[in-house]
Amino acid sequence: MASKELLLGLYEKMLLARRFEERMVSLFQEGLIPGAVHLGIGQEAFAVGAVAPLRKDDYLLFSHRGFAHCIAKGMTPREVLAEYMGRKTGCAGGQGGVHLADMRLGIPGISGCQGGNHIIAVGFGMAAKMKERDQVTACFFGEGTANRGTFLEGINMAALYKLPVIFLCENNLYGFSTSQQRAMVAEHVADRARGLGLPGKVVDGNDVLSVYQVVKRAVERARAGEGPSLIEGMTYRWIGHHERDPGTGYRSQKEVKQWKKKCPILKLKKILLEKKMGTFKDLARMNQKVLQQVEEAVDFAKTSEFPIIQDLQEIIAYYDIKPKPRA
Amino acid sequence: MRNISFAEAIREALMEEMGADPSVFIMGEDIGVYGGARGITKGFLEKFGPQRVIDTPISEMAIIGGGVGAALAGMKPVCELMLMAFSAVCFDEIQNLGGKWPFIHGDPAMKVPMVIRGPSGAGDGGVEPHAQSPEAFFMHCPGLKIAIPFSPYDAKGLLKTAICDDHPVLFFEHERLYATTGPVPEESYSIPFGQAEITRAGKDATVIAASYMVQKALEAADLLAQEGVETEVINLRTLIPLDEEAIYHSLEKTGRLIIVQEAYRTAGYGAEIAALAAEKAFSFLKAPVERVAAPDYPIPYSVSLKKTYFPDAGAIAGAVRRALKYP
Repeated sequence: MASKELLLGLYEKMLLARRFEERMVSLFQEGLIPGAVHLGIGQEAFAVGAVAPLRKDDYLLFSHRGFAHCIAKGMTPREVLAEYMGRKTGCAGGQGGVHLADMRLGIPGISGCQGGNHIIAVGFGMAAKMKERDQVTACFFGEGTANRGTFLEGINMAALYKLPVIFLCENNLYGFSTSQQRAMVAEHVADRARGLGLPGKVVDGNDVLSVYQVVKRAVERARAGEGPSLIEGMTYRWIGHHERDPGTGYRSQKEVKQWKKKCPILKLKKILLEKKMGTFKDLARMNQKVLQQVEEAVDFAKTSEFPIIQDLQEIIAYYDIKPKPRA
Repeated sequence: MRNISFAEAIREALMEEMGADPSVFIMGEDIGVYGGARGITKGFLEKFGPQRVIDTPISEMAIIGGGVGAALAGMKPVCELMLMAFSAVCFDEIQNLGGKWPFIHGDPAMKVPMVIRGPSGAGDGGVEPHAQSPEAFFMHCPGLKIAIPFSPYDAKGLLKTAICDDHPVLFFEHERLYATTGPVPEESYSIPFGQAEITRAGKDATVIAASYMVQKALEAADLLAQEGVETEVINLRTLIPLDEEAIYHSLEKTGRLIIVQEAYRTAGYGAEIAALAAEKAFSFLKAPVERVAAPDYPIPYSVSLKKTYFPDAGAIAGAVRRALKYP
């Protein structure tokens, strides 16, 4: 049975991701976030539940919808927000935007072209085996990129070499505006696992405890040298593909409403109250605390400077490839 | 000094670096059990074991993507593409994952020290797309280095530098050069990048070439010597970084620039060198720049057509004579 500590921890992380992303909506509308921002409102449980079993030195690869994952792995709201707002105090110095990264937390970042994670994960898995470390690699991706060739190549290789990788498919039923049914014939991405030679499982992506338990077993398998797994969490995003897409042109209001009823946070809240692991007051206090954290991050990011070219000296020097002078 | 083949020189470089550094490993198709399509890695599997000599499925995206992941995790992969022409199927992996990862994640410490090596260029039986010389595509990718040896001495020295470099390095080995032999020191040595070789000194014209085209340039120089023309032949060795100093130094002497490339004419490395000469050595030029290259259509299969398709000594000598027409 899951402990109160575990459940409250999962709840708080999901709540933080939710409040943070809700705030992102207004920041985007204020014009403070350049470029596209892809929010994961509604999908928090799969991200938080699947990252929770990871250690600090395990690797995390995620998609463009990566706040909750990075926050769950230990990034602070301030460095994530500052990054999105292109400030030099962001985790990638304002250079990455959606490419959040911090190697100290085991977050190497994300592939630019979505779907690249499947094969990068292979490399991390190989390295862990070669170094004889029991690090695992969590590789998140959406059901859309399960149709990229990299999916086949990466997962086939991981299964072939028994790499310690957990492939985590966030199936939110739509790749931008294209529903899963219009993109593939198989009912589930995890159906492909059997054909590729690794265990595959479909879970309720909005049941954070379920996600946690299934992924934890997969992590243990991987650590024990038993190879990769493919876990597909069925979930849904309440908002559009990115903030310029209302998400209503290709989805019915009825469908959105139905999924909002399955809110992962409310689901867990109900359990916490029923099991008397928290009172209404406790949870309301937690909400306040989280809101404060978010506002503190907003203040921090808003008052942070933009990078200037001198801040990029070291990285530009790396790219300024000069000949070695002759002796 | 002993004479060894170009292929043997590559083998020695790999053997030495794998012996010296346990983080160096090789992966590619048919390199382990079979010993590589050119026999270069024969015996490596027995010597270094299956963890460091990895036979992969036909999955170029995963070979390179996996290499990037492993490099980010602290290993030094030497990925073999059975033909460098197959870089076409893993272009995102090379350009964006390999080349750009540190920049887009704002972290100069996230280096990608990997080598991507393989055969390039056309032999007698060469057919498209296998027989192409794709090096120019990668000159346009920030973060990548390009080595393109001519002699066995080049091959060993440049490959050792490539393996120790903290950038992704593309290493082009010409088909026709594998069997050529030349002096290679017994003692350990390496050739720094960005140091071209003046393979033949001369005062009348500067002929710049890379890889097998250096052979053609030397043959042209022999023809021209019979007419009393002294041709300086520069073997570039690396395209990124480029030894601009050697080029301008030579142009100051000769005033006439002829660039030879096996690749299709438009936007090959000749174009970049011609632009640099116009920008930085304009006052040295006594004649228009000449580029001797393959035409802008794919390589014919027939041996008879190939004879007039690729630059040869006659075509190069013709270009030098045209340049010398200008007083």
